[in-house]
Amino acid sequence: MTDRFISVEGISKRYPAPGGRSTTIFEDLWLRVGQGEFVCVIGHSGCGKTTVLNILAGLDQPSDGAILVDGREIRGTSLDRAVIFQGHALLPWKTVLGNVAYAVSSRWRSAGRQEIEARAMRAIAKVGLAGAEHKRPSELSGGMKQRVGIARALAIEPKILLMDEPFSALDALTRGTLQEEARRICRETGQTVYMITHDVDEAIYLADKIVLMTNGPNAKIAEIVENPLPADRRQGDIHHDPNFYAVRNHLIDFLVSRSVTFRDAPPAGWDPRHPPVVRLGSAAAPAAEPASRAA
Amino acid sequence: MTAPLRLRALFLSLLILVLCLGAWQIAVSGSGATADMDPDYAKLMGQTATTGKSAMPSPLDVGKTIWGHLRDPFYVRGSNDKGIGIQLAYSLGRVTLGYLIAVLVAIPVGFLIGMSPLMGRALDPFIQLLKPVSPLAWMPLALYTIKDSGISSIFVIFICSVWPMLINTAFGVASVRKEWLNVARTLEVGPVRRAFTVILPAAAPTILTGMRISIGIAWLVIVAAEMLVGGTGIGYFVWNEWNNLSITNVITSILVIGVVGMILDQLLAQAQRAVTFPE
Ligand SMILES: Nc1ncnc2c1ncn2[C@@H]1O[C@H](COP(=O)(O)OP(=O)(O)OP(=O)(O)O)[C@@H](O)[C@H]1O
Ligand SMILES: [Mg+2]
Repeated sequence: MTDRFISVEGISKRYPAPGGRSTTIFEDLWLRVGQGEFVCVIGHSGCGKTTVLNILAGLDQPSDGAILVDGREIRGTSLDRAVIFQGHALLPWKTVLGNVAYAVSSRWRSAGRQEIEARAMRAIAKVGLAGAEHKRPSELSGGMKQRVGIARALAIEPKILLMDEPFSALDALTRGTLQEEARRICRETGQTVYMITHDVDEAIYLADKIVLMTNGPNAKIAEIVENPLPADRRQGDIHHDPNFYAVRNHLIDFLVSRSVTFRDAPPAGWDPRHPPVVRLGSAAAPAAEPASRAA
Repeated sequence: MTAPLRLRALFLSLLILVLCLGAWQIAVSGSGATADMDPDYAKLMGQTATTGKSAMPSPLDVGKTIWGHLRDPFYVRGSNDKGIGIQLAYSLGRVTLGYLIAVLVAIPVGFLIGMSPLMGRALDPFIQLLKPVSPLAWMPLALYTIKDSGISSIFVIFICSVWPMLINTAFGVASVRKEWLNVARTLEVGPVRRAFTVILPAAAPTILTGMRISIGIAWLVIVAAEMLVGGTGIGYFVWNEWNNLSITNVITSILVIGVVGMILDQLLAQAQRAVTFPE
């Protein structure tokens, strides 16, 4: 069960197009995410990554198929699935504490004020913002705002954390620090994470599995790359790892050329229900091998 | 070295004021006694003819009148002779009442329109049709149905202040950022709590803009409405003093109406600042 904590089962998304026809954004996506896994999704702009994340969050519905979480089909939003929005989405009229406490009081509706503030303060401290709790979002830097977004999501102790390019608007230094903190926090709590990114290095540092999506329209999940880097990797020196460039080159090759060719002519034997799991590096066979776990 | 802009502006304002008052004083002052005139005729005609003094009061006359009103704003000498303070209180009472009723109607209905595209479309033709009607056009209908001039004025105030608030509330509610609503959705916030914790604070600056426009219109309309129905109020006071040919009192009323309108606007501006959030 735990290796199928999230089970994406054949979802498609279509929008009506002029002339009574419809555009298919993506089609027949199948994906499994185990409990405690950190999954990153990579794909070109417009292939539908945010749409998949919104469906996972319950903010959007698929045209076909369904997503099961813990064996139950997603119907609407849930406090068990917290979203870190790309544009941080803080409520500007509330303070840092107010924003986090709003989430906490939504989760624990009968909790007293003191308990709510205590929980909110703990989450704020966890992302290193203690001391800034009475500031308003307009008084914060971009990195600090994103931290508040993370604190707000973590404060409700979700089963799944959904992140849409959480660090892409930040400068390299802040991004590095936040990636490190996000990884530490998620590892400490065994958090299941589904994250979208455009940054290949970010995916290699953070993810256990990297999902590659082809270009849209008619986007597909091409393959799932398992991260061969050791679990205790450190951000500063992942590029010294012997497997680092193998993974990096594979991802970049995919983004540069295979993301189009794969969509137009998938390799023989490719099965959308079981996208191949790719294991790169010295430890495993260099070629892709199809995943053959029975459904 | 230059003085701060505010100080220079203040100085310029004072200068303009003094120039205007000076020009006014010169324009209305007479040319001195006219020499050869039949004394009986002069007696009959009064100062206007004898000294060439204009019928327009001078700034000093107006100043004296204002001082007189300020010293005793609340006197009552018969139903047609009440202090300017009492007349103002009547007008302000009507404006406040009509305006508050309008707030109570416009904000909930505006929420409904803003949140439900169906209701928005259904009510749109009515709003489009009724909004451009001059509020005074409602007066005969109000007088006929309500049969009370005071309440009719309140109704007219209600009708004229409801539209800007309604339209602004609907617009503010409809344009709350999707991402803020999504935050509430992912936190499973119920509709009532969402209305009060997300939509209201997000739309408050727009709503307050509508409220500020409305109070301005209400204060414009009350003067006209009271001139029409008579009895009490600052509008009636102006009309009454015109019938008495007391131009000093008319000018005084104009100033008072301006000052009160400015204060009302500033109160709303203050409230607007309080709910505006920087992004
Ligand atoms: N309401 C809509 N009507 C029609 N098409 C839509 C609608 N919403 C999204 N799309 C289309 O769906 C596609 C996927 O959008 P989505 O936001 O999921 O892309 P994405 O992969 O997240 O891209 P990016 O990396 O730029 O964020 C886009 O091509 C977009 O044009
Ligand atoms: Mg996106």
